[in-house]
Amino acid sequence: MNSTAGTAITARQLTRKFGTKVAVDHIDLDIPSGRIYGFLGPNGSGKSTTLRMLCGMLRPSDGHAEVFGLSVVKDAEAIRRRLGYMPQKFSLWEDLTTDENLRFMADLYGLEGDVEARIAEQRVTYNLDELRKQRAGTMSGGQKQRLALAAATIHSPELLLLDEPTSAVDPQSRRDFWERLFQLAEGGATILVSTHYMDEAERCHGLAIIAEGRMVAEGTPRALMAGVEANIFEIEGADGSEAPRLIRELPWVHGVTQLGIRLRVLADRNVKDAEAQLRVLLKQHDIDARVELTNASLEDVFVVATRVRKNGG
Amino acid sequence: MAANKFSAAMRRLRAVATKEVRQLSRDRVTFGMIVGVPLLQITLFGYAINYDVRNLATVVQDDANSSMSREFISQIKATQVVHVTYTTNSSAELAKLMREGRVSLAIVIPRDFERRLQAQTRPVVQILVDGSQTQLAGVAAGIASMPLLARHGEGPYSGGKRMQPRRVEVRTLYNPEKRTAVQIVPALIGVILTMTMVLFTSGAIVRERERGNLELLIATPLSSLELMVGKLLPYVAIGLIQTTIILIVGAWLFSVPIVGRLIDLYAAALVFIAATLGLGLFVSTLAQTQFQAFQLAFLTLLPSILLSGFLFPFEGMPVAAQWIAQVLPLTHFNVIIRGIVLRGADLPEVWLQLLKLAAFLAVMLVVAAVRFKKRLD
Repeated sequence: MNSTAGTAITARQLTRKFGTKVAVDHIDLDIPSGRIYGFLGPNGSGKSTTLRMLCGMLRPSDGHAEVFGLSVVKDAEAIRRRLGYMPQKFSLWEDLTTDENLRFMADLYGLEGDVEARIAEQRVTYNLDELRKQRAGTMSGGQKQRLALAAATIHSPELLLLDEPTSAVDPQSRRDFWERLFQLAEGGATILVSTHYMDEAERCHGLAIIAEGRMVAEGTPRALMAGVEANIFEIEGADGSEAPRLIRELPWVHGVTQLGIRLRVLADRNVKDAEAQLRVLLKQHDIDARVELTNASLEDVFVVATRVRKNGG
Repeated sequence: MAANKFSAAMRRLRAVATKEVRQLSRDRVTFGMIVGVPLLQITLFGYAINYDVRNLATVVQDDANSSMSREFISQIKATQVVHVTYTTNSSAELAKLMREGRVSLAIVIPRDFERRLQAQTRPVVQILVDGSQTQLAGVAAGIASMPLLARHGEGPYSGGKRMQPRRVEVRTLYNPEKRTAVQIVPALIGVILTMTMVLFTSGAIVRERERGNLELLIATPLSSLELMVGKLLPYVAIGLIQTTIILIVGAWLFSVPIVGRLIDLYAAALVFIAATLGLGLFVSTLAQTQFQAFQLAFLTLLPSILLSGFLFPFEGMPVAAQWIAQVLPLTHFNVIIRGIVLRGADLPEVWLQLLKLAAFLAVMLVVAAVRFKKRLD
């Protein structure tokens, strides 16, 4: 459970191609141990492929990665014993019960000592006691997810790789799930989680934003939001008008999002008089609205990061 | 350390096999098929596919109407090949019955039956056969060559072409030793095993991939060899159970004797099961979905049934078909199993076929292993 080294995962120029398509494009990673580290990115951005390379399921086409200082290519077997992996899709056996699934995983990982006691412990931790004899196929999304996490952690792995773990569960289950992740991290486990939910990404200790196989931003969520390369304006009272279209046409605007009655405008940071320009534009078109500078959200960071990448190259 | 590694591997293997059995026992349809397929097939093939023709509707026109002719008729009846449904005095009525399909066979005994019998120069009896049913020609030939007017105390012939005085031609086609069931039932073991092993195993492995279980398994310490062996082991047991079912039902329902030794039979069945599991494994590496696996399994099943000598004599097939048949494990198993069950052969006597099965298994395993590894990446 204790990695003495401060870094659980390092990757240099990690690349994976499928034919001519580059799924992961020269990614560098330094993921500290005992932390929750998130991969934030849209579907198909290469998050899953990166996770699969890190657990030795896929060979990198280029570059290299080490987990606990072990090569993911040469020492895949040694790494597998120390990590738990939860694929995106529920991958336990739907025609087996909770106990049977846990027992099977315990056997695969060669769990020593009192296996039944460990299974009982997991049942309590993940609130599965009432589902002992229930087959996984008949469980709800949240129950399945608890079972999947219990199975992935049955051998107390030092590293936990979670591929979009909360895509099929309700908000309450998601909150509970994250509570458990923090408990695991406090216990010393390193957790790498991929997501496309902003609120989840915001809870990570560290975050990498991934788009089209590349890492476009990295840091703590707070630092990312503070350092966003844009000014964010909220415009209130312009709903139902042609304001969104007009604002989008401005060359220094990265994006306009409507949030109820408010418009959220991402403006280039280098345009100093953006706020004034917006006011003038609205006034010209007889739109009576309030313009106000506001703090960046993680979504803004994400939009800007992926946008800059597109424009830049 | 090495011992630890081995026991850990065994534990994983056992875990996979246990899981497989559990899943199988919960999949009621599949579980039912394991017992149902042999029972259904043996009944179907044992009763329906029947080369022995019996109880053919027959009309007899006995123009001689002598004690000898009547004895001849009763002899024909005794064969149970014919069932005399009509007797007539008129050739016209006989022809009509034939035309209308009420009878398949007509036997005409001429007025000078005795004289012809003695002279042995002209045909003694005329048998008319419905040519639209090709199998019946053989029946006619059989009756034509029946021992005519065998004396009391002489049993039915058991083969050979012995000529005896007062007999036109003697050859008994329908002796009990040539009942179809005796031929079909042992070979059914191979057909059913081919069906079950290829279909179920390829399906079982592809299902794991299709449902996403494989992705999880790859991330665990389980090796692909352990996974394969663990998944296939239960099917070996199932194959032996099916073999037993067929043998028991075959003996009970169709009185198929087992002349050879049971241990030889089961040993040969084991080799054959391994070969078909290898084929199933190979199919599973070709298929992406269970549906594809079933289609591919069926693709191997059909030639196995048609070309292996199960239904049609191997020797009568075109050379190309014989070549294909050589590749099919069932062809060789049929030779082995008929040898053991019917002729009492022991294993050394069928070594060539066993060797061919082993070679088939080796090729399948190598190809499957190479392909399976690739699929993980």
